[in-house]
Amino acid sequence: MKPAAFEYLAPRSVEEAVALLAERGEDAKVIAGGQSLVPMMAFRLATPAALVDLNGVSELDHARVDRDTLVLGATARHRSVQELAGLRERCAMVAEAVGLIGHPPIRNRGTAGGSIAHADPAAEWPALLLALDGEVDAMGPGGRRTIAAADLFRTYFTTALAPDEILTEVRLPLPAGAVGSAFVEVAQRHGDFAVAGAGALMIVADDGSVADARLVLIGVRDTAVRSVAAETILRGASPTDPVLDDATNAIRSEIDPVSDVHGSSAYRRRVAIAVARRAVTLARDRAHAAVA
Amino acid sequence: MTTRLFGERVARSEDRRLLTGRGRYTGDFEPAAAHAAFVRSDFAHARITGIDVAAAQAVPGVLDVFTYADLADGFADRLPLLVPSDKLIAPRTQHALAKDEACYAGEVLAMVVARDRYVAEDALERIVVEYEPLPAAVDLDRAAGPNAPLAHLDMTDNLAGLVTEETGDVDAAFAAAPHVYDWTLRMERSASMPIETRGVVARYDEREDRLLVHDATQAPTGVRFGLAMLFGMDPDRVHVVAPDVGGGFGVKVIQFYPEEVLVPWAARRLGVPVKWIEDRREHFLGSNHERGQIHHVHVGAADDGRILALEDRFLHDTGAYCSYGLILPIITAAQLPGPYDLENYRYELRSIFTNTVPTSPFRGAGRPHAAYVMERVIERVSKELNLDSLDVRRRNFVKEFPHHVGVTFQDGGPTVYDSGDYPKGLATLLEQLDLERTRTEIATARAEGRTVGLGFGAYVEGTGIGPYEGASVSINPDGTVSVATAHGSQGQAHETVFAQVVADELQVPFERVHVTTGDTRRLGFGVGTFASRTAVVAGNAVLLATTEVKRQAAAVAARILEVAPEDVVFADGAIHVAGAPDRSIPLGRLAMASNPTRYAFGADAEEGAKLSQLAYEGGDRPLPEGSHPGLAATEYYSPTSGVFGFGFHAALVEIDLETGHVDILRYVVHHDSGRIINPMVVEGQIHGGVAQGIGGALYERIAYGEEGQMLNATFMDFLMVTAAEMPRIEEVHTETPSPNNPLGIKGVGEAGTIPVSATIANAISDALNTPVDHMPVTPEEVLTLAGKIESP
Repeated sequence: MKPAAFEYLAPRSVEEAVALLAERGEDAKVIAGGQSLVPMMAFRLATPAALVDLNGVSELDHARVDRDTLVLGATARHRSVQELAGLRERCAMVAEAVGLIGHPPIRNRGTAGGSIAHADPAAEWPALLLALDGEVDAMGPGGRRTIAAADLFRTYFTTALAPDEILTEVRLPLPAGAVGSAFVEVAQRHGDFAVAGAGALMIVADDGSVADARLVLIGVRDTAVRSVAAETILRGASPTDPVLDDATNAIRSEIDPVSDVHGSSAYRRRVAIAVARRAVTLARDRAHAAVA
Repeated sequence: MTTRLFGERVARSEDRRLLTGRGRYTGDFEPAAAHAAFVRSDFAHARITGIDVAAAQAVPGVLDVFTYADLADGFADRLPLLVPSDKLIAPRTQHALAKDEACYAGEVLAMVVARDRYVAEDALERIVVEYEPLPAAVDLDRAAGPNAPLAHLDMTDNLAGLVTEETGDVDAAFAAAPHVYDWTLRMERSASMPIETRGVVARYDEREDRLLVHDATQAPTGVRFGLAMLFGMDPDRVHVVAPDVGGGFGVKVIQFYPEEVLVPWAARRLGVPVKWIEDRREHFLGSNHERGQIHHVHVGAADDGRILALEDRFLHDTGAYCSYGLILPIITAAQLPGPYDLENYRYELRSIFTNTVPTSPFRGAGRPHAAYVMERVIERVSKELNLDSLDVRRRNFVKEFPHHVGVTFQDGGPTVYDSGDYPKGLATLLEQLDLERTRTEIATARAEGRTVGLGFGAYVEGTGIGPYEGASVSINPDGTVSVATAHGSQGQAHETVFAQVVADELQVPFERVHVTTGDTRRLGFGVGTFASRTAVVAGNAVLLATTEVKRQAAAVAARILEVAPEDVVFADGAIHVAGAPDRSIPLGRLAMASNPTRYAFGADAEEGAKLSQLAYEGGDRPLPEGSHPGLAATEYYSPTSGVFGFGFHAALVEIDLETGHVDILRYVVHHDSGRIINPMVVEGQIHGGVAQGIGGALYERIAYGEEGQMLNATFMDFLMVTAAEMPRIEEVHTETPSPNNPLGIKGVGEAGTIPVSATIANAISDALNTPVDHMPVTPEEVLTLAGKIESP
């Protein structure tokens, strides 16, 4: 479990990082927190010829809430997000999801940008990006471009980012008003990748009906997935228990979990529905509390 | 003033060192050594038709690459069979490097020694192995059945060994039994998983013809004698040290793993120190596992739940080799009756080869299986007959001691329980649990629609087996006491508890007793730290050695003080005349006086020399006949038989029927291991044991695919329990002394683990009102049992 030899490159600016990446070609990898890449290198499942380390690029190291948007530079740690004052009150779903990422050493080192670029279908950050209709900036030899969450995730560990592009910033709009949200996971052990997880957000109108609803699921198919079916049922409806049941049952057609050593597809389906129901219920109750 | 430390919560002396990073582990030695790495078989079963090492040899920084062809003499033989048995049909052990057949994925095929581990692993990638894949025996049931794939090419079936034994008249008892049942129970494969992996560091000094090996082993003495024989060296020139060892739980006592032979061999051949520190992946693939068994029980019961007859036919998965012989399934069979008096008991055990990592004892060592089978039988019989399972337990208890179980114990002698008080133990558990209140709470919870259940488990634990253990004790001129045992510690607090025994006997301050363990340079003879035997066997050896040193000290003091040896008293680090505390000699000074030569520095030295003259005045020679210089003794303790601890566990669980999660609301432990040296150490052992038990009950399972590939060989996929999964453990003790040894103690190392799977299975079974006969129970399996999802 020792990595193969590689060249280590430590740029000081995004431009320099992009240039190094372009120069080294597809054998080079970008590293930020290294929480997925380094174990893969230790197993020699990944053998990059060069690592471009973003940790010395100070312009990427920021985490803040700009008015209604959570803005994270590529090297912002999960821990830095947890430490943002008032985030739990502002958007419980984000705070809860980040708290479910691994263990403290992983959160101290791992980054939101890395998690999104890695695109593990069981990871939390891609789900948050989708649920909040976020976007990312990517910098490549051709300059900067912005990619919307809906256009980013392709399949397992695959995004719309080109091999010579670096994800530089993540932006998550935080809804305001009578909003409630939650993120719920089931894992066999505390801190493990979820068997299935769900993030839900609900905004309640003055008449008590659902003004907006988001439901995102992880661990249930090749990417994190927004449940269009559930959201359609919820929007405009009165969020009673039977409506929540209908909505969460509607995810069945949108998920396609695989069987593995931790559980069969049938088991994951059941858990996905359970966590979806719990997340939606929490989001509703919190939205009601926000009204009151 | 006489003080007594035996039975006190003395803080562990090793903790300051270990918790402040001052421990020294195998990996800390020889920082400049070359590193070894191993090519391991990709296939569960294959012929090895060629290994091309040329490209690896050419990697800069590689010292050499070895395959079986490089081995000669004893090194080319199969590794030793640690526990032979005439019941072994096929005593297969592996070669240090596979000769022409690999029998599990992970078996070592070639060895690289290089400048560092990175280069060594670069070289591994350049070694080309030609395999001819063979069918693999993987599933235990299938491997034991007809037309199974063969685990070894030269065998016609997969049967490693077969043992049958019977006590009473089982057939007659079944014929007379009003109720007869047949059940099947399964436990899956798991593994010890110490935090520190294995490791070996060897240095051979050619000029001195001396081999020094640091080995993260539980048994350095056996490694030393084995290496001396293999190398044809005088044992005095071979030293094996087990320094601080970060957990063992059984996996570190194989004698020999291939690497334990190959690393010293390479160090001598290459003339440089060689180090190998196992990585976690290697540990999964190359260090022994345990637990896989399938039991078919046939039970005859009376109307009141008494077990009239029990027959257990079971399969034991020994993996690809059986260096431990049949010891594991024999432990299962011998301790299956647990605290119950089974007059008519018969077993047939079949140990089966599979193309998987070999198995050997892991904390509990066959006993968790035994407790699981017996306690599920008790519960199922109670359920069938609509009886309270606690009443059924009481009716079946052994009540008189010594109790002859009627079958053979792991040490080859009869299984005899030395002492116990099972009704009292159960009553102590129920008092802590508050049974009536708990039952009321369960009824209330169920009325609210919650899925809760209460389960019990009972066990006995045969501990403290022989053959022997030794201890050296000496009083130093500065008044400190040095204690050495040959077998090492993997965190069990040997330094603390041995010091407690010595400090009590000699009445010296605890801090002045210094214990060394696991260094064959200090004491060459010993057996090892396993089978919950250290406190019993080594503890009593420490007592014997201390008693002898005390006798010597009293004899010398008596001569100086001109009284009879019976008239001296040990107190406050000194000896004084009974009734005259002012006529006293400090022990350090006495140590000097007992050595009639001049060597010491300091003010005490002069006084010591004078005393020395006084001590031997009037004799015909400086050292009286039969005495020796100094106050020092090495003594050995060899027990007549094992001693049996026992206990009862209770678990209150709640099940989430949406996710299958089992929440342990309460976990209550009763435990009795005879007299307790240090309650804090015993509690720590129980806590750790329960944690590993919960792992085995709910989380830990080594998963193999059909082709014999391990599917979860990482800590991301093999789910060890963490602190977050642990319930608070409520622990109560009784102390039923053993009549078999001077200290009256029994072992405790494995106790916590043994009944946990049984207890939790019984609790889940109670909650779901359905039998749970397979361990571990995953959340998915809980939902399947509850009828919430189709079984996959």
